[in-house]
Amino acid sequence: MSSVFNWIHQHQAIIYIVVLMIFVGIEVIGSVPSVLHTPLMSGANAIHGVVIIGAIIVMGKAEADNYLALALGFLAVVLGTLNVVGGFVVTDRMLEMFSKKKKSS
Amino acid sequence: MEFNILSLIYLLASITFIVGLKMLSHPTSARKGNAVAAAGMTLAIFGTIFLYNEEGETLGNYGWIFAGLAVGSVVGTLAARRVKMTAMPEMVSLFNGMGGACAALISIVEFDHLMQLLDGPGVLILMLADEPGALLGLVIIILLGLIIGSVSFAGSMVAWGKLNGSLRDFSFRGQQAFNIGLLFLIVGLAVYLAVALPANALLLFYVIFALSILYGLFFVFPIGGADMPVVISLLNSFTGVAAACGGFLYDNKVMLTGGILVGAAGTLLTILMCKAMNRSLTNVLIGAFGGNTATAAAGQSQGAYKEISLSDAAVVMSYANKVMIVPGYGLAVAQAQHACHELEKLLTSKGVEVGYAIHPVAGRMPGHMNVLLAEADVSYEKLLEMEQANEEFPTTDVVLILGANDVVNPAAKADPGSPIYGMPILDVELAKHVIVNKRSMKPGYAGIENDLFFRPKTSMLFGDAKKVLQDLITEVKNS
Repeated sequence: MSSVFNWIHQHQAIIYIVVLMIFVGIEVIGSVPSVLHTPLMSGANAIHGVVIIGAIIVMGKAEADNYLALALGFLAVVLGTLNVVGGFVVTDRMLEMFSKKKKSS
Repeated sequence: MEFNILSLIYLLASITFIVGLKMLSHPTSARKGNAVAAAGMTLAIFGTIFLYNEEGETLGNYGWIFAGLAVGSVVGTLAARRVKMTAMPEMVSLFNGMGGACAALISIVEFDHLMQLLDGPGVLILMLADEPGALLGLVIIILLGLIIGSVSFAGSMVAWGKLNGSLRDFSFRGQQAFNIGLLFLIVGLAVYLAVALPANALLLFYVIFALSILYGLFFVFPIGGADMPVVISLLNSFTGVAAACGGFLYDNKVMLTGGILVGAAGTLLTILMCKAMNRSLTNVLIGAFGGNTATAAAGQSQGAYKEISLSDAAVVMSYANKVMIVPGYGLAVAQAQHACHELEKLLTSKGVEVGYAIHPVAGRMPGHMNVLLAEADVSYEKLLEMEQANEEFPTTDVVLILGANDVVNPAAKADPGSPIYGMPILDVELAKHVIVNKRSMKPGYAGIENDLFFRPKTSMLFGDAKKVLQDLITEVKNS
């Protein structure tokens, strides 16, 4: 049990970030109109593509003879990039429709 | 020094994520918000590649990293650019699955790495001895990333398959119990692995991985297609949490903030979507759509409906004062938004007042119809939200329903036994005449019969939405 407290103590800063970010996340999108649900979901989808950074670190740290790490790391980088790039592009395409609409009105 | 700059970059990126998300939730600033978040992401990615440094060691394998980035960017951009507007929801689900898989892969590599270190000369063990609980914490984080990432990946793939129609709903007796059992098994094994770290830890790790994939599959299998947006949003927030696990693992603040931000916002968004459909999240997850469909309307399904010919429909609409168009998924599937806009312009030129009644969950995703119709240049003022539209219906002569079904099903108001009971609907019956365009009498995505089709005011106009609209345009021109 004491190790748990210890762990919490050692990762205080991170735990604070987690707690505060939960509130920020909720606060920030609290008043979204339902029309924007889909683009917002898509945008959030792109943001969690930040996991790509983990993939880059894995890839970058992999030793040249560790083929498992190299192969999986490479795959992770590709998938993560797909998530980021695809996510932002799709969101932009959706929102493009909205802005076009604004001009014509 | 470089590493300090990287900290600053991460801080900036975190801020852009928060600001971007905030801007994304307002119609006027949404597109800029997306660009802001994308800029922050780009900064964070390149900062990591060039400035990351762990105890004096920079990253290597640049060739691999850039190759991966290039492949992912090209494929991702092409896929996202080429996809039809109608297939957007599937695309989001697919990309979400990629993120989940990425998180799971990171966990796999890191666990393998950890096991090698533990087998090694014991440097790590000495290092960890100063920090009781550190190893346990590390293993738990890796496992969390693995489990959540895999569930999100497998679930998103099923959601993707369901939305593009290649997977049917699938459930068996006792599936809920099976799922809960599976979940307990995964958690139990994970706890055992983390606490005991047995000799066959690696094997156990892969067993947990396989079970998590399985759970992801069975988690989404029974949930009806109409609920897919909610499920995708939920899995979206799962992937956020999985990404945050990576942040814990590498003590990387930007992954942590980005991940948790999406995790929290995604959860709230899921709840908001449920509210728009007036259903509870548990209701969605336990899959009310899957189970009791037969009971709701089976008795009435044998009623008679009447058909209307194209020319009659054209005449009725040309001589109406006000026509309301109710678009649904059928319009999206048929890519009929342009034809729909044509008809609207033609009717308007004949002096008919035309509006669109948009149900918040029409199509397969909230906002789906707005995006589609905007693509066809339908002007903003013509799109009426549900409450406005319901006020207009009593003075409307003709309602033209294009491939919408569940959102106009009166059972949602009248039949407490119906699975969609309580969902707000468009009261099209208040209008004088209702024309329903559908491909066949088959029930909609929720799998339930629609009483509306058998009402005296209603006439059916069968056929593919685009074909029917084009024919209607010709007929209206001639009449």
